[in-house]
Amino acid sequence: MSLMLEPAQQQIKDEKIYREMGLTDEEFSLVEKILGRLPNYTELGLFSVMWSEHCSYKNSKPLLRKFPVTGEQVLQGPGEGAGIVDIGDGQAVAFKIESHNHPSAIEPYQGAATGVGGIIRDVFSMGARPIAILNSLRFGELDSPRVRYLFEQVVAGIAGYGNCIGIPTVGGEVQFDRSYDGNPLVNAMCVGLINHDKIQKGQAKGVGNTVMYVGAKTGRDGIHGATFASEELTEDSDEKRPAVQVGDPFMEKLLLEACLELIKNDALIGIQDMGAAGLTSSSAEMASKAGSGIEMNLDLVPQRETGMSAYEMMLSESQERMLIVIEKGREAEIQELFHKYDLDAVAVGTVTDDKRLRLLHEGNVVADVPVDALAEDAPVYNKPSKEPAYFREFQAIENTEPEVENVEETLHALLKQPTIASKEWVYDQYDYQVRTNTVVTPGSDAAVLRIRGTEKALAMTTDCNSRYLYLDPETGGKIAVAEAARNIVCSGGRPLAITDCLNFGSPDKPEIFWQMEKSVDGMSEACRVLNAPVIGGNVSLYNETNGTAVYPTPVVGMVGLIDKLDHITTQAFKEAGDAVYLIGDTKTEFGGSELQKLTAGEISGKAPDLDLSVEQARQEKLLTAIRQGLVASAHDLAEGGLAVALAESAFGTGLGVTAETDGSAVTALFSETQSRFLVSVKPEHEQAFQEITGAKKIGEVTAQPVLKVVHNGTAVIDQPVDKFEESWRGAIPCLLS
Amino acid sequence: MKFAVIVFPGSNCDIDMYHAVKDELGEEVEYVWHDATDLSQYDGILLPGGFSYGDYLRSGSIARFSNVMSEVVKAAEEGKPVLGVCNGFQILLEAGLLPGAMLRNQGLKFICRPVELEVVNNETMFTTSYQLHERITVPVAHGEGNYFCDEDTLKQLEKNGQIAFRYADDNPNGSLLSIAGITNKEGNVLGMMPHPERAVDGLLGSADGLKLFQSIVKHWRDSHVVNA
Repeated sequence: MSLMLEPAQQQIKDEKIYREMGLTDEEFSLVEKILGRLPNYTELGLFSVMWSEHCSYKNSKPLLRKFPVTGEQVLQGPGEGAGIVDIGDGQAVAFKIESHNHPSAIEPYQGAATGVGGIIRDVFSMGARPIAILNSLRFGELDSPRVRYLFEQVVAGIAGYGNCIGIPTVGGEVQFDRSYDGNPLVNAMCVGLINHDKIQKGQAKGVGNTVMYVGAKTGRDGIHGATFASEELTEDSDEKRPAVQVGDPFMEKLLLEACLELIKNDALIGIQDMGAAGLTSSSAEMASKAGSGIEMNLDLVPQRETGMSAYEMMLSESQERMLIVIEKGREAEIQELFHKYDLDAVAVGTVTDDKRLRLLHEGNVVADVPVDALAEDAPVYNKPSKEPAYFREFQAIENTEPEVENVEETLHALLKQPTIASKEWVYDQYDYQVRTNTVVTPGSDAAVLRIRGTEKALAMTTDCNSRYLYLDPETGGKIAVAEAARNIVCSGGRPLAITDCLNFGSPDKPEIFWQMEKSVDGMSEACRVLNAPVIGGNVSLYNETNGTAVYPTPVVGMVGLIDKLDHITTQAFKEAGDAVYLIGDTKTEFGGSELQKLTAGEISGKAPDLDLSVEQARQEKLLTAIRQGLVASAHDLAEGGLAVALAESAFGTGLGVTAETDGSAVTALFSETQSRFLVSVKPEHEQAFQEITGAKKIGEVTAQPVLKVVHNGTAVIDQPVDKFEESWRGAIPCLLS
Repeated sequence: MKFAVIVFPGSNCDIDMYHAVKDELGEEVEYVWHDATDLSQYDGILLPGGFSYGDYLRSGSIARFSNVMSEVVKAAEEGKPVLGVCNGFQILLEAGLLPGAMLRNQGLKFICRPVELEVVNNETMFTTSYQLHERITVPVAHGEGNYFCDEDTLKQLEKNGQIAFRYADDNPNGSLLSIAGITNKEGNVLGMMPHPERAVDGLLGSADGLKLFQSIVKHWRDSHVVNA
C-alpha cells in the first residue's frame, strides 16, 4: 500500500494539485487535451517531471538552438547521454558536464556525490570507459560558517564518490563570491574513451524486444528531484531534503564494469541512464527517440521498500540504475552477465509500436500516455528579455585603475584571495592518479591524461569567470570559451569541443533571461571562431535564494587533443636562464577583476575586451611554437594578471624570476586584459619562438628563488618566492580553521 | 615470472598493478577474480588498491572472506611473494597475514599526494634493489592509512626488521613510527599504503617504485636458478 492517499482525477483539477508539482494551469490544460481526458495522479507525475525545465529545457531550448553543434570531429552532438568527438585511430572521447546545485545546497555531501555518479553514468551509457572527472564549484564567501560547511561537504562528497569508484578527479575550478552564498553551484564533468564501433544510443528499437531494468533497486529517494531542481531555493527548501538522492559508489563501480561488458554483447540494442526523472525519462526518451512505445509492468521493478506506488516508482531518482533494451529471447545471458557482479537484471517490459508509454501495476493500467508528449513535445517558451538597468550604468563607467599603495603587499593579498589561492586543500582529497594515466595533475592550466598504448594525450579543463558575465554577459560568454581554449593550448593541445553547464537565476525574470540570451550569443561566437562546437551539456535555472540570483555562470568544459606526448607543457618554469616572454598587450582593464573586488569590495564597470580573431591567432601561434618544441612553460594570464601568473609559474619549482615592466605599474601587473600568455623559452629557441609569436621578452628565470619585478627602473616586487607561496598555499586552510 | 592481480568487487587499482608488471616490468601477469579457488600457477600474488566491497563495515574486512583469500594464505605459507598495496594492505591486515590495524588518517581526510619514503630494510625480497636508507618518491591515496599496533607488536616489528618503509619527513596520516610498509616475520608478505605501481614511469612523476617489482623478480630468479 502506498504511504500516501492519491487524489482522484477530478480532485487534481479542482484543487489545482498540479501546481504543487510545478505545472501551470495552461500546462495542465494541455495535458488534458493531449490525453483527451483528465490525467490520473501517476500520469500527472510523469508530465510534471518530464515538463520540468531540468528534463525538457522548455525555457532554454530556443537559446540552445543557437549553439554551433557540428564539426568534422563531432561523432555525437547534443541529445544523448554525452557528446562524442573523434580523436583518430578509431578512438573517440565522450564527455559531458552536469549540475547538481539544488541538492548540494540542501544536503551537500550526497548532493555532490550523486552529481558525480550521475555524470559518470551518462558517459558509460554511451559505451565509453570513464577516464576522468572534473568539476566546477562556486560558493559564497568563506567567512560564513554555512558556506564553509557547504564547501567542505561538497568536496568530501566528490572525493567520496570519485575515489571509491576509481575514476581520477583530475581538475576543475573553485571560485568564491557573495552571490553564491545560499545557492552554491556544483557542476561535475566526466570524460570517457571509446572506440567508434562501440558507440551506444538510448533507443528502444524493434517491436517485441525486451526492456530490462539493471542495477540498484528502486527506493523512495529523490522523488521529484527534477521538479525540485527547477524551482528557486527558499527558506523552506530544507523540507525538500527527501528529494535528494543517496549515492553508493560501490554499486556504481559494479554497474560500470557490468555495462562495459554488456556493450560487447550484440544482444544490446539501447541503453540509458535512469538519471533525473528516473524510470520515466529513460523509458519515455528511449521510446520517443526510436519512434516506438514501451509497456512496462511495475510489479517486476526491483524495489528496496515495500508498498511503493506506481507514482513513487516512476518518479524515484534512486541512483545507480540503467534501463536497457535487448534482443528478445536473450534475457538469460544478460542476467548471467549482471549476476557476476551481484546486480539485478530484470525484464520489466517490451517495446511496442504504438508510441505510448503504458504502465501496469497490480493488474491495472496505471498510466497510458503518448511518449512524444512526454519527451519531445513538452511546451517551449520564448521568455521575454530585458536589458537590466545596471548594464547601462556599468557600460558608462570609464576604465580606471584601483588605488594601490604597495605593489608587493597587494600581490600577497591577491594570492590569498580564495579564488586565486592554491586549491591543494581541495584536490589533495581527490584521487587524481588512479588508473595511472594522469600526466599533468591538478594545479596547472589544464589536466592532461595520456591515452595508454598511443603517443596521444587529452587535455581537459573547466572555466567560467562569472564576474565578467555579470558585468557583460556577451563578452563574458566569449571569455569563458576563450579561457578554456587558452588552458588547453597552454598544455599543448588543440581544442576539440565543449560541453556547457548553464547556471542562471529564474528565466521568468526578463533581466535574467537577457543574461542567458547574451551569454549564449557570446559563447556561440567564440565556439565558432575557435572551432570548438558544443556537443552537449545541461541547463540549471532558478539558482536563486529568496529572490536573489547567482551571477550568470555558464561553465565551459573543454577537451583538447595533444598529438604527441612530447607536446605536453605545464605552467611551471623549468630551468634557470630560460627567457620569459609575454604574449599580448596590456590595457587598463579592471572591471570584474580580482583587484577590483579586493580594493572596492564589489565589482563594477566593463568586462575586459575580447577580440576573438586576435585570440584565435595568438592561440594558433603559441600552439605552433609548442609543437615545434620551442616552449619550456606556458601559462595563461587570468585572475590577478601578470604578477599572479609570474608567481604561479615559479611556485614549487625552486626557481625564481626577474621581470621588467613599464607604463603604469598597477596596470602592467594586475590588469586582467584577455588573450595573454606567460611563456618561458630556452635561450637557443628564443629566435625561432619570437619569429612565430612576436612576443615581448620581459625577463628571465633565475636560479635564486626570488620573485623580482623591476618597474621603470625601480624594484617594486623583490621577495623570496617562498614568501608568496606561503600566502598562496596557506590561504584556504587558514580560512577554514 | 607469473603474477596474479587479485580483483575484488570494488578493486580499482587492479589495472595500474597489471600494467606496471606487464608494460614496465615486462613479466607475465593475469587478473584473477575474487572467486578463484586455485593460485598454484602463479609465482607472485598482488592485492591491488581500491574499495573492495565498498569498504563497508571496515576497509578490507569483507574482502578477506572471499574464496580467493584462503588461496592467498596458502601462497604466503608456501613462501611466495605476496604484495598488498593500500586496500590490499588493509585486506592483509584483516586476514591476519600481517599484524596491526589501520585507523583513519589523523587529519580525517582522504589524502592523495606524492610522499617521500625511506627504505628501512633493503634485505627483504621486495627491497634488495634499493640502497639502505634510500629515499624514494611514491604517491599515497587513502583515507585510512594510519597504521597502529600494540607495543609488543611494534617491538617485534622493529626487532625482526619487519618495517620495510617509513615516511621520510612528512608523515601524511599519523602512522606509528611513520610506518608506511611492513612485512611478515618470514619476509615474503609485504603490505604498504603508498602505491609503488603508480611510480613506475617518469612520465607520471616518478619511477622509484619499479625497483620494488624488480627486487621481487630478482629474488625469484635467484631462487629458481637451475645449476647446470
